[in-house]
Amino acid sequence: MKQPVGHYAYESRDREFLQERIAEFEDQVKRRLSGALSEEEFKPLRLMNGIYLQVHAYMLRVAIPYGILDSRQLRKLAHVAQRYDRGYGHFTTRQNIQFNWIALEDAPAILRDLAEADMHAIQTSGNCIRNITSDEYAGAARDELMDPRVHAEILRQWSTLHPEFTFLPRKFKIAISGSPEDRVAARFHDIGLLARPSENGPLFRVFVGGGLGRTPVVGQELFDSVPEAELLATLEATLRVYNAYGRRDNLYRARIKILVQTIGIEPFREAVKAELAKMDLSHYRLTPERVAAIRARFAAPELHAVDDADAVLAQHQKEDPDFARWVQSNTHPHFDEGYSIATVSLKTPGDIPGDVTAEQMDGLADIAERFAFSELRVTHLQNIVLGHVRKDQLYALWQGLKELNLAAPNIGLAGDIVSCPGLDYCTLANARSLPLARKLGARFGDARLQEEIGALSINISGCINACGHHHAGHIGILGVDKRGSEFYQILLGGQAGDHASIGAILGPALSEDDAVAAIARIIDHYLAHRNEQESFLEMVTRLGKAPFKEVAYETV
Amino acid sequence: MKLFNLSQQHIIPAEEADPVSLAELKEHPEAYAVALEPDESVEALRPFLAQITLVVLHFPIFRDGRAFTQARSLREYEDYKEEIRVTGHVLPDQAAFLRRCGVDTVVLSDDDDQTEWEAQLKRFTITYQQSIAS
Repeated sequence: MKQPVGHYAYESRDREFLQERIAEFEDQVKRRLSGALSEEEFKPLRLMNGIYLQVHAYMLRVAIPYGILDSRQLRKLAHVAQRYDRGYGHFTTRQNIQFNWIALEDAPAILRDLAEADMHAIQTSGNCIRNITSDEYAGAARDELMDPRVHAEILRQWSTLHPEFTFLPRKFKIAISGSPEDRVAARFHDIGLLARPSENGPLFRVFVGGGLGRTPVVGQELFDSVPEAELLATLEATLRVYNAYGRRDNLYRARIKILVQTIGIEPFREAVKAELAKMDLSHYRLTPERVAAIRARFAAPELHAVDDADAVLAQHQKEDPDFARWVQSNTHPHFDEGYSIATVSLKTPGDIPGDVTAEQMDGLADIAERFAFSELRVTHLQNIVLGHVRKDQLYALWQGLKELNLAAPNIGLAGDIVSCPGLDYCTLANARSLPLARKLGARFGDARLQEEIGALSINISGCINACGHHHAGHIGILGVDKRGSEFYQILLGGQAGDHASIGAILGPALSEDDAVAAIARIIDHYLAHRNEQESFLEMVTRLGKAPFKEVAYETV
Repeated sequence: MKLFNLSQQHIIPAEEADPVSLAELKEHPEAYAVALEPDESVEALRPFLAQITLVVLHFPIFRDGRAFTQARSLREYEDYKEEIRVTGHVLPDQAAFLRRCGVDTVVLSDDDDQTEWEAQLKRFTITYQQSIAS
């Protein structure tokens, strides 16, 4: 088999490991059924294999390491959706995919099918180090300093069944980016890593203690420049401090952000340094040879741009304004002038954000094979990125997407809504989030209106656990339970990235329809009163929430 | 009560061990076995380690993984070579993790199934990171 572009090619030991892991899980299911394992004991074991019990059925969350899939793997996911679920899957904000309607007894068979395509569900849940997320434009973006995926793979392997860190106080999320733009929300992770090259090899800026959830916190810088050789030692040391001192008496106070907040970043840093001082660093050294060996298992795309790519693209745009609009919103500059990065919106107006049918998965796999080296990236905003598309082929690509009903021109715009599954599926939720997402998607579905509004992120969570990242949306929506009815709080002014900030609550929660109407009035107010070229977020930053609060509640 | 031997090192028989607490250790210079609670630091044992041949670590519940860090710290930072034993609520599914963090023995109840522990210990032939013991 040819090596995949953009992700690590499994070798025989990796495949043996997956078989050992599946056999272990099969045995655990048997011991649960025989009573040898209690439900309390079985639960964390199944969670570490990605299996949740939801409102109506079991859910399986499949890992997509650093968000990269190849066409063969996406076809396997389509097969799982078709054979074991209801014909669709849901891409999540952590670059994974969830199947919401599986039977527990099918789980080992599903895991075996996934393993045929070198996929698994290991550590997609549980109080362990979760799937490592990365930049959706990795290895393609013009502004990138270094491709973070080789190191993401090294971290994936290091964290897989780590003997010391599999029973942590709480879940632990790591993200890594190699762009100055921080496209992974590094400051909203337990550990966020920003990689950059230097004369003496890669350096890593390390943030710790960020996160959303009940207690949203912007992460703080732990170290500015960790050399590659000390990357694993530094992560080991940080996790050792957390495992020893993180709280275990209260589920809601157990994340590393609470530990860092409680003792303060300075003492936390001293504790990590004290661990490092006790460690024999040569023993933990990430060697250039090891990095090179992993890198050798990644294939790079062979780019062969045609000379007149720009002219051909310009001609297509001139001939077809709908295509031109899609190019405007859904493509991003590639480091090679003849190529583009294309984002496939999984936010077709009126549909559920992130949901994809088996037919669409198969269709996307074909398109990726034809136009993008069989490589697909799942984004933390629940879309799919094709990293390397020839500019002169964008038009054919777009026509293929239209046939799949996946050509919405709304990336980064009002229709590009991020939403958790909410009370329709999730046992933690207080309110449904999908109906609201669909109503807002339809309300702002018009492409021209979205273009006029410009950059806007809307994030919806069905409860304070914040899986829809409502604190980080320019407009955030939080579902709450008000005496048995579903209500929605509106937040304004959140953002991820370099200027990460947490949105402020606007006022009392509203009913679903009132919330949609209030958001429409907020947007109208922005359109009527913005300064020239001013984005929604800039206007909120300039004026504060007061004028928006006034219009939001004017008829309530 | 019986012991499951993870490391195949020489171990102290279950009925012989009479561990004292960390607080009691200071009053009993003759003690050779000590039981640490999960919130006690292994560094506190440093002055006594020359005489200690058994450290017992405790799992209040199997999900509480602090003993993994304690065991590994004893081996790595304190260079402790003698027996490490765990007691409390542990699962056979944790056998390889315990072994790889340097634990030698697990206290089982008389009706616990040893064969399950043996099977789990041998389950994985592939690991993805170095550890203090294998």
